[in-house]
Amino acid sequence: MMAALGALLVRDLKLAARVGGSGLLGVVFFLMLVTLIPFALGPDLNLLSRIGPAILWIAAVLATLIGLDRLFQGDEEDGSLDLMRMSHVPLELVVIVKGLAHWLTTGFPLALLSPLFGLLLAQEPDAMLAVMATLMVGTPALTFIGGIGAALTASLPRGGLILAVLVLPLMIPTLIFGVSAAQAAIGGTVPFLTPFLVLAALSLVAIVTGAVASAAALRGGG
Amino acid sequence: MKLAIDHLSCRRAGRLLIDDLTLTIAGGEALVVKGPNGAGKSTLLATLAGRLKPAGGTIRLVGDDATAGRGGEEDAPLAERAVLVGHRDGLKVALTAAENLVFAAAMLGAPATPAEAAAALDVFGLAHLADIPVGYLSAGQRRRVALTRLVLARFVPVDRPVWLLDEPTSALDAAAQEDLAHLMRQHLAGGGLIVAATHLPLGLEGARSLTLGSQAGYHDAADGWEFGA
Repeated sequence: MMAALGALLVRDLKLAARVGGSGLLGVVFFLMLVTLIPFALGPDLNLLSRIGPAILWIAAVLATLIGLDRLFQGDEEDGSLDLMRMSHVPLELVVIVKGLAHWLTTGFPLALLSPLFGLLLAQEPDAMLAVMATLMVGTPALTFIGGIGAALTASLPRGGLILAVLVLPLMIPTLIFGVSAAQAAIGGTVPFLTPFLVLAALSLVAIVTGAVASAAALRGGG
Repeated sequence: MKLAIDHLSCRRAGRLLIDDLTLTIAGGEALVVKGPNGAGKSTLLATLAGRLKPAGGTIRLVGDDATAGRGGEEDAPLAERAVLVGHRDGLKVALTAAENLVFAAAMLGAPATPAEAAAALDVFGLAHLADIPVGYLSAGQRRRVALTRLVLARFVPVDRPVWLLDEPTSALDAAAQEDLAHLMRQHLAGGGLIVAATHLPLGLEGARSLTLGSQAGYHDAADGWEFGA
């Protein structure tokens, strides 16, 4: 079973890297959003450094949506999903591995590069590290919450828009705790660890419920 | 081993396409499902493959040994003992033919190396295309790559005795159709089961046929099942 899951992970990473895959497009989109904000707000460094963590988090939420609509839809359209449904591997584990591949190509590089993007938003080193830590812990929640919407819209044409409308409200708690943990690290009355641990818990819960809910949606679909 | 379909009903978009179908296919037997467009051939295959839930009735794969499993029922559901080649061929256009097969083998339960995948492709005379992305292949070549999943069992220990084929000969040239017929005869001779939906002759002598129609009711005729009376 591990061999099958390994083959699935390798396949999804290859697909992301090749023509037509979303690859590191999420990171490029993230960079575009973060670059646009200072142009819109003007060169007020104090304002930028104050709202920087929030901007980075909103950009991360939007960048996660890239590629999410094709997470299951591509496999549903060409019949690959039938291969996965008919395999001996439980569909829940299939969902977790596909989510992991999506996170490795969007959330993970995004979190890794966020200090670089923090420079554009006049972030202090402490704030950069805090945003990086919160993104690293919080983006899995975004991927797996989005995965539920991706599974529900897998067989719908133009499902991408419905997906965004469905899952963005569900991402609000992750956004709130992600930003508040990042803000807490650069000053404030709340200790950093309190919202950070809630964020970690949100991710863990999202992985479990996302896997079960997405698998149920994929079984019932068609 | 036999495939027992008991009082099966299938619904698609609210329409009852298959109503109260009961039949048994034994090892070494092929069932050819015929009928006009929209009669429910693909629905029947998708239901056997586990993608659609039956509206009623049961589908069981029963082992030869009555002591194996619960009352002779195989432990794994039919979907995990079957290979499906449908009209959506399950290939990723960005991956090479060999990469597609390596993934398919892993999903069918036995990991294959790229060399084994290339050897399997050779059965359909596609070894020279193993490293070409499937997006560059013609429709017939893609179909042959998809059909190669059926013969993976010769190279890696895939234990899937039931073949579910939906229009397997579409886009195939005459030589490839003959290759497929030959493979199917070998599979049946080895005790395998085949359920194929098709309009075209498959070259299987002695295959039983099931003709689906648009009205309800099936009865057991001398040469197979026919719709209506």
